[in-house]
Amino acid sequence: MSDNQNSAGGVPTTGHVWDDDLGDLTNQPPRWWMLGLTASAVWVVVYWLMYPSIPFATSGDYFKGIGLPATGQWSAIKELAEDQAVLDGVRKPYEDKLKGMTPAAILADSELSEYVTRSGKVLFSDNCGGCHGQNGVGSEQKGAKFAVREQGLMAPVLLDDDWLFGGKIDDVHTSITGGRQGMMSAHKDVLSAAEIDTLANAVAAGSPTSTPLFAEKGCTACHGADGKGIAAMGSANLTDKIWRFDGSLEGIKQTITYGVNSGDANARVAVMPNFSAAGKLSEVDMKKLAVYVYKFGGGQAEAVAAPVVEAAAVSAVADAASAPEAK
Amino acid sequence: MSEPVKKAEVGSVTGLYSEHVEWSTNLGEATIHAKRMPGRFRTLKYITESFWLIFFFGAYLRWNGKQAILLDVNNRQFHIFNLTILPQDIWMVSLLLLLLAMALFAITSVASRVFCGFFCFQTAWVDLFTWIEEKIEGNPNKRHKLDAAPWNGEKIRKKVLKHVIWLAISVFTGISFTIWFVDAFQYWRDLLSFNLSMLEWVTLISFTLGTYFLAGFLREQTCLWLCPYARIQAVMADSQTILPAYDVSRGEPRGKLRHAGKVVEQQGDCIDCFQCVQVCPTGVDIRDGQQLGCITCGLCLDACDSVMDKIGRPRGLIRYASLDELEGRPVKKLYQHPRTWVYVTILLLALAGIIYGLNHLGALTLRVAPERQPLFVRMSDGSIQNKYTFKVLNKTDHNLHVNVKADGGIKDQVLVGTEKPKLVMHGKATSFTIFVKAPEENILKEVTKVVFRVENTEDPTMAAEYTTMFNAPKR
Repeated sequence: MSDNQNSAGGVPTTGHVWDDDLGDLTNQPPRWWMLGLTASAVWVVVYWLMYPSIPFATSGDYFKGIGLPATGQWSAIKELAEDQAVLDGVRKPYEDKLKGMTPAAILADSELSEYVTRSGKVLFSDNCGGCHGQNGVGSEQKGAKFAVREQGLMAPVLLDDDWLFGGKIDDVHTSITGGRQGMMSAHKDVLSAAEIDTLANAVAAGSPTSTPLFAEKGCTACHGADGKGIAAMGSANLTDKIWRFDGSLEGIKQTITYGVNSGDANARVAVMPNFSAAGKLSEVDMKKLAVYVYKFGGGQAEAVAAPVVEAAAVSAVADAASAPEAK
Repeated sequence: MSEPVKKAEVGSVTGLYSEHVEWSTNLGEATIHAKRMPGRFRTLKYITESFWLIFFFGAYLRWNGKQAILLDVNNRQFHIFNLTILPQDIWMVSLLLLLLAMALFAITSVASRVFCGFFCFQTAWVDLFTWIEEKIEGNPNKRHKLDAAPWNGEKIRKKVLKHVIWLAISVFTGISFTIWFVDAFQYWRDLLSFNLSMLEWVTLISFTLGTYFLAGFLREQTCLWLCPYARIQAVMADSQTILPAYDVSRGEPRGKLRHAGKVVEQQGDCIDCFQCVQVCPTGVDIRDGQQLGCITCGLCLDACDSVMDKIGRPRGLIRYASLDELEGRPVKKLYQHPRTWVYVTILLLALAGIIYGLNHLGALTLRVAPERQPLFVRMSDGSIQNKYTFKVLNKTDHNLHVNVKADGGIKDQVLVGTEKPKLVMHGKATSFTIFVKAPEENILKEVTKVVFRVENTEDPTMAAEYTTMFNAPKR
């Protein structure tokens, strides 16, 4: 490095002179810098040989590299697989336990249900979110946006405490494994326009039994004498504040007129696929999803309703909450 | 410090080269073998450097059966005697860094680079390495001769012995650093059975090589060209800062001692003996004034004082003095130094923050995250339900049960999921979900403040609160 210290006169230059006295010095770069440059150049060659580097345009193949002594040839997909293996290793003890357990048992185990809640998001988003919406918020279908008739929700909101087919853990599990299909026949040939209007107004007001037509026309057969629905049939509770389909007066009229899955071209569509038959999800996946959905907050405990209502908190509109079985 | 540029070259660009020649730069071509002289500052330096013994042996101290100070990065916990600091309290570390920085600044503004000269690990390790070098190879003259001598059995023996001891110290430095982060005794067991983790090996080897090269070979080059603090600290000093300085008015014109210890008339006190340069660990000439290479270790003061004693002149030709003092300006008192007070004020604020933090560590910490998608859910009875994810950090050393309560929020709201006390594991954050359900007719605002509180079931005073929001549809 002492090369850098030249006396005033003896600086070696390229010989070019600008502006009378500006020269171009030909000092050597410092030795450490030259060594670094050389080492970098050597490293480029080593790196090219070790890793995939040269594409062969004609064959569509590429030079795959001679690899590292310890791990062999490198590829991005191999690295991904290794990372996944690490994650699977962390999950394995939990997954092994889940295999032999019922959904109810998983729910009762606080550690495992926490594991499911934490790890189930991707499973839910991939398989359920398409209809039920991200985080189970439901997905609204309005207008011709999706080229589907306006019917309100495409699939039910899973966060609330209203369940068409029951909200106990086993009910939820059954819905996933076996699928569900809503059914309500079209009444356009059975009821007159005036009768439909009367019924729709009563339902919109939340008190379907207020009109004698409700019993006379056989609505009670499915929706129950009190209009609160029958879980075994998947009929809707008509007295609560949750609407499966469009809850406006016009929407209610359409549901009554054309039914649900009735075969009519204007009927509401409400089909939950059978996930066992679809074969896409494993047994454990379906158990996990049942627990995941249950834990959204609307799940119903075996003995009493999950939301324990404290004495002071009973509100005027709590009538529906007092009959959890009918949701 | 350069010779006046020749008149003919004034204004010419090539004239700049002559200045460059005069300015000699220490780029490490010649090894500096500094002379060791006894004296006040030499003794002081030994004392301050011995603080590093704590670095070597402090980690072996046990407290309640555990390592007294364990910066357990692996488990994200700092143990300092009875204190456990979890990541949530790590903001105090930033205040600690601020405090240390301000302490460095304040001291530097008062007495220049005290850290560099007396406490810095580079200074201390180089001092130790050169002390060993002197024991093996002899005084600086002998060392220069040995370096220049051809290789023979004697030279090989001395050099090998020196490097082996340097390496041994380097290895021990690496070990001593690592054991602050893992259990010291377990580390030794792992080390002796070659069972260290990859990270531990890398730490050990890099610290060993780093110590060996920095203290053995790079030495003052580190202070001159590598160290950022050398540059930063120079900014803290001003004309009021006292630092080792050469009294130009008393020393100049310097000249060799002529005869029988008598100083020639009209000659300054400096006899140009170069003792101050000889003892300098960074090889600077303090008589050129304050400069980057000076780590203000005061060794030249010792050297000059001993010479002044010999020639019968008063001590202090080189002494701790401010620029104001040397140039005959009125010397201000310490309290008239606003720069120092600014540093001290920031330092005290940081200290107050740390003391507050340590006194408010608390046994429980609560964080509540309201669900964001959706913000609320309408239930079948028309009420509005919000979902909250609770994270309770239990900083005690045992598991606790906590009750969840809410203050504020909506009239007649119901907390779902709080029927039974929640178990919170010690030493980590336990999370659980709580729902709050409220009748819609009682909700007055789109967003309502709600304060959650978790209480230890056995001791309700052990509690933590968190303020968040209850969301509802637009009113």
